[in-house]
Amino acid sequence: MSGCINAPEKCITLATTTSTRDTGLLDELLPRFRAKTGIEVRVVAVGTGQALEIGRRGDADVLLTHDPVAEQRFLDEHQGTSRNELMTNDFVLVGPTNDPAKVHEATSGADAFSRIWQTQALFISRADESGTHQKEKATWLAAGIEPAGPWYIRTGQGMGAVLRMADEKGGYALADRGTFIAQRTGLNLAVLYSGDPDWINRYSVIAVNPQQHPHVKDVWAMEFITYLFSSEAQQIIAEYGRAKYGEPLFRASRWPLRNGH
Amino acid sequence: MSVLDSEMWPIVTLTLRVTATALVIASVVGIPVGVWLGLARFPGKRPLVALVYTGMSIPPVVVGLLVYMLLSRSGPLAFLEWLFTPTAMILAQTLMALPLITGLVMGAVAAVPADLVWQIRSLGATPWQVRWAVLREARVGVLFALLVAFGRIVSEVGAAYMVGGNIQGHTRVLSTAIMMETGKGNFALALALGGWLMALALSVNLAAMRLHGRSL
Repeated sequence: MSGCINAPEKCITLATTTSTRDTGLLDELLPRFRAKTGIEVRVVAVGTGQALEIGRRGDADVLLTHDPVAEQRFLDEHQGTSRNELMTNDFVLVGPTNDPAKVHEATSGADAFSRIWQTQALFISRADESGTHQKEKATWLAAGIEPAGPWYIRTGQGMGAVLRMADEKGGYALADRGTFIAQRTGLNLAVLYSGDPDWINRYSVIAVNPQQHPHVKDVWAMEFITYLFSSEAQQIIAEYGRAKYGEPLFRASRWPLRNGH
Repeated sequence: MSVLDSEMWPIVTLTLRVTATALVIASVVGIPVGVWLGLARFPGKRPLVALVYTGMSIPPVVVGLLVYMLLSRSGPLAFLEWLFTPTAMILAQTLMALPLITGLVMGAVAAVPADLVWQIRSLGATPWQVRWAVLREARVGVLFALLVAFGRIVSEVGAAYMVGGNIQGHTRVLSTAIMMETGKGNFALALALGGWLMALALSVNLAAMRLHGRSL
């Protein structure tokens, strides 16, 4: 019963946010990578904060997270050797289709949040310090509102649970587009506002620094990162979801490839 | 993944393997300690008993966090290389089962009538013969202790997720799979996995009742 380290096969540990696993994207990428290189990628899917902490303690070889500020702090501590933006999608404001706060007329994310506050319409917050929650807090700040009161519900739960609560209670919620598309079946929720330039959700790959953590399998980790930015993997990311959900869940950061690569 | 998928079997067998191993280790340590604590009289017994009973209510996530910190690359037991393996889950589950088994066995042994213990002693039994005889008297309570411990650790999710990592095909057990599928909104599959867990618990309990049929 050995871990990755003394396993007979080549094997690395990837600590990542739940959305990359729950959307099914990794199930497309990892078997192909293994077939090519013989390297097994073991996925530990947790919140971005926990994934970075796992990396900080040297318990993973590669990280895939979506909180640029926390990631920069990680690099400033010399915990990672490289950070590359792999893909993006965007945050969207979802809510009941009758849209009581009229957020579909909003001109920005902050404006949409102000409308919710003005009408005291129900808002369901992740309140779990996740990447999505960070973006929500930044938007309230931009709107100059400190959300509090019976209309503002702090759940401390994951995206799926928050979407279902918004559905049950007829409230609004901020969601990442990928998770929303993957889970929207059966929910009476619609994307009512999107397109704020600040509402971009950036997923980055970080290689854990072998100088801090000598046992890190940096050579295999780099092989994995190189694969993620190959044209094959980037195309898979760019297309992922089109067949199953009718639209892609992510935008690959290096696809279509420029400079004739 | 569906209910009877081939992906389901590794999850079910790993659940059984991890929990059974943890239960055996916790029993080997916990039953003798429980018998000893139930019979012995010595100064400082009360705080020790209080400690065991407190251990029965430690939140599993705290056990998970402690085991994680121990086994982490930055922790004192890093050289074992157990983190994110089934062995780490066995360690966490053993630590959760140990105070339960010790405490409940202690209670069962203490409930054996004092004059019976006195009688066995007066027949010239050695201390080890006394302990064995008392353990036999308390066997229903001991069985109950094992079943309670089984129920606690087989369904536990916080520590299993934290130290095992819920890695597909490697450390995913029924409880962590249920939590993951619930988070993904796959309620039907989560319920089906819950059905498997219930079926597992039912079989274990039926087997235990059969084993001790005469005394129950």
